[in-house]
Amino acid sequence: MGNMPFVVSMILVGLGFLALIVRRNLIKLAIGISVIEMGVNLFLVSLGYVRGGIAPIYTYAPPGFKEMVFPTPQALTLTAIVIGLATTALMLAFAVVIYRHRGTLDAGKIRELKG
Amino acid sequence: MSVVVRTVTRVILPVALAFGAYVIMHGHLTPGGGFQGGAVTASIVALLVVVYGGARLKGAKGWFAVLEDVGALAFVLLAFLGIGATFFRNVLAGSGGLFGAPVPQLGPNPGALDTAGTLPLMNWAVGLKVIAGLGSVVLLLSLFGREDG
Amino acid sequence: MVHAPILAIAIPLLGAFALPILAKLNRRARDLWAVGIALVTLVFGLAVAGQVFASGKPLVYTLGAPSPTASVTEGGFPIRIVLVVDALGAFAGIIALLAGAIGLFYSLQYLAEEEGKTLGTSLLLLLWAGILGLVYTGDLFNFFVFLEITSIAACALIGYRVWESRPPEAAFKTMAMYTLGGLLVLISVGILYGEYDALNIAYLSKLITGTLLDKLALGLLLGGLLMKAGAVPAHMWAPDAYGEAPAMATIVLVANTQAAIYALLRVVFTLFGGALATPGIGWLIASLGTVTVLVAVLMAVVQRHLGRLVAYGAVSQLGYMLLAVGVGVVAAGKGFGEVALKGGIFHMINDLASVGLLFLVIGAIRRAVGSVDLLSLGGLGHTLRWESGFFLLGALALAGIPPLNGFASKFLIYESTFKASPILAAIAVLSSILLLAVVVRAFHGVFLGPKARDVGPAPWGMLVAMGVLAVIIVVFGLFPGFFIERMVSPAVQALLGGRAAYLAAVLGG
Repeated sequence: MGNMPFVVSMILVGLGFLALIVRRNLIKLAIGISVIEMGVNLFLVSLGYVRGGIAPIYTYAPPGFKEMVFPTPQALTLTAIVIGLATTALMLAFAVVIYRHRGTLDAGKIRELKG
Repeated sequence: MSVVVRTVTRVILPVALAFGAYVIMHGHLTPGGGFQGGAVTASIVALLVVVYGGARLKGAKGWFAVLEDVGALAFVLLAFLGIGATFFRNVLAGSGGLFGAPVPQLGPNPGALDTAGTLPLMNWAVGLKVIAGLGSVVLLLSLFGREDG
Repeated sequence: MVHAPILAIAIPLLGAFALPILAKLNRRARDLWAVGIALVTLVFGLAVAGQVFASGKPLVYTLGAPSPTASVTEGGFPIRIVLVVDALGAFAGIIALLAGAIGLFYSLQYLAEEEGKTLGTSLLLLLWAGILGLVYTGDLFNFFVFLEITSIAACALIGYRVWESRPPEAAFKTMAMYTLGGLLVLISVGILYGEYDALNIAYLSKLITGTLLDKLALGLLLGGLLMKAGAVPAHMWAPDAYGEAPAMATIVLVANTQAAIYALLRVVFTLFGGALATPGIGWLIASLGTVTVLVAVLMAVVQRHLGRLVAYGAVSQLGYMLLAVGVGVVAAGKGFGEVALKGGIFHMINDLASVGLLFLVIGAIRRAVGSVDLLSLGGLGHTLRWESGFFLLGALALAGIPPLNGFASKFLIYESTFKASPILAAIAVLSSILLLAVVVRAFHGVFLGPKARDVGPAPWGMLVAMGVLAVIIVVFGLFPGFFIERMVSPAVQALLGGRAAYLAAVLGG
């Protein structure tokens, strides 16, 4: 059971890639990338998990605790989430602009740039 | 939106603001910090956009842009404070005064708000930037579809 | 000057955030501020390069420590974030500094006020800070963060002309590819962290032994960086981005691609240099490079959009660099491996000069005529005299004609590749000849022929920016030995034998 989070995160990454391959809607492409991102974030967070560890906060720590989970991966994940937020917002903004120009979100029909 | 939504918004608004400020302020002691608290606070903007429509909040766009820059600028300048030793050096920590109280011993403690030097200030700078940045993202996306956006 | 590495990153960041506030007060003050920030950054960046080249040792700067050199806590564990600039980093930094300063100077008269000049300049500074951070950082997670900063700023710049229909499409595509590449890098950072509990490049490099997980991490890192650089088969975004981005951003985008190549070198030679820099990896990179050269040149033949034509030329130059890196890894212990790396690293700056010059000229044409469609252009040489000269110079340098700089570096690449694999070398030479035909035809179509329309020349600021690049092309072409001796050789030495020095500079001892 210890590897379950890693399995789940890789399933999420796979699902995201699947969405990128089979979907043509720009919004759904952005969602696919977000799903990959969530998978990677889950992977990072589960790296620092210690069985039976408590949250790494001294203020809330009960007396006589034994182990804390590792805080660095959580900080990394948080940074990755912030970056993911920025990329998602930018992609959605471009999707809206494209929709205003073309009246469609279908990536198959928006192909002025090819070759 | 209906009277119910508007009333509930009015009730929730100060609570959400207070919670956002709490999360930002305790960033160095508990889970949270600038980004999370900022995101909580920016959700108020989303709520207002839903309730009153983006068009009525258009005036806030310019303010958000300025606040975002101020937040980012404050962060970089706070990092510059340490340039006597190194960039990002926490010069206020342990120096006495408002932010420099001595850090309690390692181990469980009730948490002392005034021990972290420049960290709370940086949390506020980040919080300001996130409130303004996320707020303007929500606002602009709600305005995008309109002719006057 | 101890603080020069961090200041070269922090000053443009500061400039980017203060710019919109200044613009609200006074537009002239904003332009002066941008120029001042560019100059100060240039001074600090060149100071870093000067220190590194003069001392021959990597420069270490520890953030938040009691002193900049205190990178290690008790127990020999580097807990803080460090910046490490060795000769290769300094060289890549020079490329980034050059691109950023020229792009910024060009943008002063290129961007119109109603097009959102404030935002464009601000994003350009942000991208500049991101690239400098990317090449100076010595921490793997920071590397990812700077990678994403450049991605976001670059995509915002690519989609800068939102009122047209093509730029947002290019920006969306680029954003998707950049983000995927960044996520691959992040997974690999996670794997390495999970395995070794460290993020510091030097410390990781000491620990990496070449397990299966390490191989996986190396594969993901290479994949992510090649996506970011735009190598075939992940090249689809590059012509769109280069073709649609405003000219001042394109030159910085080219520098961004060079930063990805720098990162590739750093990963292969420093991070995995102890255990995994095997010939197999080298052949993989070299063959990808050759395919990139071939595909890009063939695609350039059929273009009718001048920007896209030159963009495919830029992608093909990326292929040459990959080819050189690959040969360098294959023959790491032999003499011609060193020659290949010299050629590849020297080609980074030469490519920036020639491709950058071409894109700046295209920007000037676009500004004067309003279109860059090859079918509708012609006879511009009668009025745009300087621009036509610059275009020809850039085109010949791009195709590698002596005595211009492109020849100097490409010759090193051909020579060394021939020793590793004559077939790859033949493909590289033939592609170069085809590229010459393509760019000369483009020059003919755009500038020669009967005068078709009256257009005004570009403002002096833009011409000066182009002129600087033209001077670099000629000087680097006439005296390649001087620059290879002073700047390229130390960078190559930092890769081949400098890993120990890099580790010692960060970890002590």
